[in-house]
Amino acid sequence: MSKDKSEYLINRKDNQYEVVIGLEVHAQVTSESKLFSTSSTKFGAEPNTQVSLVDAALPGMLPVINEYCVKQAIKTGIGLKAKINKRSVFDRKNYFYADLPQGYQISQFKDPIVGQGKVILDMPDGQKEVGIERLHLEQDAGKSIHDLDPKNTFVDLNRSGVALMEIVSKPDLRSPDEVNAYVKKLRSIMRYLGTCDGNMQEGSLRADVNVSVRKKGSKVFGTRCEIKNVNSIKFMQMAIEYEANRQVDLIEEGQSIDQETRLFDTKKNETRSMRSKEDAHDYRYFPDPDLLPLEVSDDFIEKLKLEIPELPDEKKKRFIEKFKLSPYEATILVSDNETSNYFENVIKKSDVKLATNWIIGELFAALNEKNLEITESPISAGNLSKLINLIKDGTISGKIAKTVFENMMEGDKDPKKIVEEKGLKQESDPKALEALIDKVIDDNREKATEYKSGKVKLFGFFVGQVMKVSGGKANPQIVNEILKKKL
Amino acid sequence: MSDITKQSLSELIKNIKDKKLSSTEVTKAFVERSEKSKELNAYVTDDFSAAIDKAKRFDEKPNLDLKLPGIPMAVKDLFCTKNIKTTAGSKILNNFIPTYESTVTQNIWNEGAILLGKLNCDEFAMGSSNETSFFGNVQNPIDKDLVPGGSSGGSSSAVAAQLTPITIGTDTGGSIRQPASFTGIVGLKPTYGSCSRYGIVAFASSLDQAGPMAQNVKDCALLHEVISSYDEKDSTSIDFKRNNYSNELTNNIKGKKIGIPKEYRVDGMPKEIEDLWKKGIDYVKDCGAEIIDISLPHTNYALPTYYIVAPAEASSNLARYDGVKYGFRADGENLIDMYEKTRSEGFGAEVQRRIMIGTYVLSSGYYDAYYLKAQKVRKLIKNDFDEAYKKVDAILTPSTPSSAFKIGEKTNDPVSMYLNDIFTVPVNLAGLPGISIPAGHDVKGYPLGLQIIGKAFDEQNLLNIAFAMEEKINFKNKITDWWIK
Repeated sequence: MSKDKSEYLINRKDNQYEVVIGLEVHAQVTSESKLFSTSSTKFGAEPNTQVSLVDAALPGMLPVINEYCVKQAIKTGIGLKAKINKRSVFDRKNYFYADLPQGYQISQFKDPIVGQGKVILDMPDGQKEVGIERLHLEQDAGKSIHDLDPKNTFVDLNRSGVALMEIVSKPDLRSPDEVNAYVKKLRSIMRYLGTCDGNMQEGSLRADVNVSVRKKGSKVFGTRCEIKNVNSIKFMQMAIEYEANRQVDLIEEGQSIDQETRLFDTKKNETRSMRSKEDAHDYRYFPDPDLLPLEVSDDFIEKLKLEIPELPDEKKKRFIEKFKLSPYEATILVSDNETSNYFENVIKKSDVKLATNWIIGELFAALNEKNLEITESPISAGNLSKLINLIKDGTISGKIAKTVFENMMEGDKDPKKIVEEKGLKQESDPKALEALIDKVIDDNREKATEYKSGKVKLFGFFVGQVMKVSGGKANPQIVNEILKKKL
Repeated sequence: MSDITKQSLSELIKNIKDKKLSSTEVTKAFVERSEKSKELNAYVTDDFSAAIDKAKRFDEKPNLDLKLPGIPMAVKDLFCTKNIKTTAGSKILNNFIPTYESTVTQNIWNEGAILLGKLNCDEFAMGSSNETSFFGNVQNPIDKDLVPGGSSGGSSSAVAAQLTPITIGTDTGGSIRQPASFTGIVGLKPTYGSCSRYGIVAFASSLDQAGPMAQNVKDCALLHEVISSYDEKDSTSIDFKRNNYSNELTNNIKGKKIGIPKEYRVDGMPKEIEDLWKKGIDYVKDCGAEIIDISLPHTNYALPTYYIVAPAEASSNLARYDGVKYGFRADGENLIDMYEKTRSEGFGAEVQRRIMIGTYVLSSGYYDAYYLKAQKVRKLIKNDFDEAYKKVDAILTPSTPSSAFKIGEKTNDPVSMYLNDIFTVPVNLAGLPGISIPAGHDVKGYPLGLQIIGKAFDEQNLLNIAFAMEEKINFKNKITDWWIK
């Protein structure tokens, strides 16, 4: 395996293989109620407590489209710079399963609500565009629970009928890292739009991963395998890595690859065959006669465009241009709306450069350690901004600021108060510092003599001693100036 | 008021409003007659004692401003009725009690009517003779061992035998009009989107419509006015201005242009049907309407088109009956085995046949040749009607190619059974309203019906033409009460 800076290739004897990946992401639409019924979509409720007559497919029950979900899908389409189809059709995808009450899933097959679009990835070596093939709306199925009873399967229909957006990428992805960046970017865009919370633990975002390999330089796609229903980015990356190597091994052995659906076993870290192409379901798609074709007007779409917030790409551009951030810093700060909002709140009243460093450095590290989201940060944007101002105006040193910051992480206290209470204010009075310095020189006569005789390296020692004696509060700049004169 | 059950709906309403009859008297009369008529097998489930209780409660505080004040009514067992078993004529729903009410029946109860019970029908409305019902054949009150038509066979039998003053059926390919014709009553299939499909067990969603079945056109107009409503719970329901059909009913159809489609003169059509049609034309002329020859060139393709579209939708609509959530379940070794046993034992032969046809025509590799092509032909059939309606206001045809046949006569020949719907099916494919009115008898004395097909949403005009013709025809149904010992 070689990881060239830009290329992910699988090496075998004389051959190098390129991996081709396409993703079908299933993103749960953020909405109060389901795609075709009024039951709640809230996560974590008792089993079968959010099931309407429609969701349970009782005789004579009919689906009625939830307009809000349509708006959400269109907004997502706009966020993906995609073509919005003014006429789309809901089809029935027919198959039998215990957690599919209707015996069919209402989905969109030939005429999806959103057509081709694109997503820009910020990779370490530059930007990469990934094509979006389509986005369509569909119902989620219920959940089969097999492990509660040795003989019976239990079914929870709370998810049955929840709106999903299936976002299909073109086979433009070439490495696990790109998949990581793609899913994160997609999630970021949807979070900005408020169309999907992207919560992978709760199953709000899952993907079917299509993987094929081909010899480097080849323009022909290899036979692909689809890895079904992978529910974390890490697992996607692991599954791709395993699957690509499996396919390369087969080719190297002179065997062919069967087009099939596979499952990723997260415990064994391997994919295994679920069903072959021959066993593939015939879903007998046909337009759902209970639903008329969905038609939206230009006016409807234009009104939704007005509700689209500034999205990560545009925000990044603005941060770079207006705040002079590096592309790296901007990418990190715009990764989600909450972070960029936090950043913009901090810099309202404080220095941009310092704020950027403190957020990306100290704050992210501290949140990460406590496993907190930025929205759960113990330090409010206002107080972080105060802390930065204390550094900027010389009230405290950067080093002391870290101590104050740690205190703030314990509870959102005003940094000024912490500085006062703990007497952490920086000592910048030359007279007071002079007294300190005199004492240090006095206590270290020999070293002072050595310094004067040319051992200039010892200057650092004296600075350190002064800082130590001052309890870290001495203003290092002024200490430097005085020390130079005194020595 | 000795013979309450012989009165038409309009007469009953008038008598109740004039306080000459109480709802209790009326309800009891129909309950008694229904109980004496078990041999017809028109009911799957009765709710007689509850009906009498409801009638008593109505009489305590009668609201006479309602359109159906205290009127008892049995309905086809395809309409879901809250807390009353709803079977769709199938074993698979033999234990199913809905917790909800269909919009159409709710509209009826809202106007003061009282449920008598649920009427037999072909299983999932698939049939033209009521012989596919899990609950057995229904007898036609016209003659012993005669089918009442289908799928709304229990409904047609019950109205003709006066077990209910009026009823509702559903019509996917002729299931209201053909049984109406076979039993000498009036049956209206409204424009698609006129009556809500919410709470009606689905057969073929793009074709199913509920409609009234009555002893005369005026009663039919009144019930249609009650059941036709825009319903947000049905996405195919259409929000158009609905008339007060019974109040606006008129026999003045002078100057109306009535089309006679040459393609409906099918090969082998019995002479008595041909004669009936000619008589119909004369009646229309007598009323002052004008007869115009028209062409509906794709008529020949309607039946094959229907037998692709309807089974395709049915195969998917009936997938929900899988033994998992409600209804009949047969035990199995595993999930697939349970499905197979449940559906093999729970569905009858005709339903299984149509599920198989539907599954086949939607299968990959066959979809384009069958389903997609059928959809294209369906469009052409609709275009035929659109063209015709540039020249005429309505179209007159026979309702069926023959009078009622004997029980068992066609059960082994599905294609000859399907041919029964040859004149009614195009109307469903085009989503148009159609009405069958009794217009004469064949040599055996069995009733024959004429069908009037209207423009979409033009039920008023359709009912007016039927009303005017009814007056001229002056049909008398020959019911001998042979089944009452």
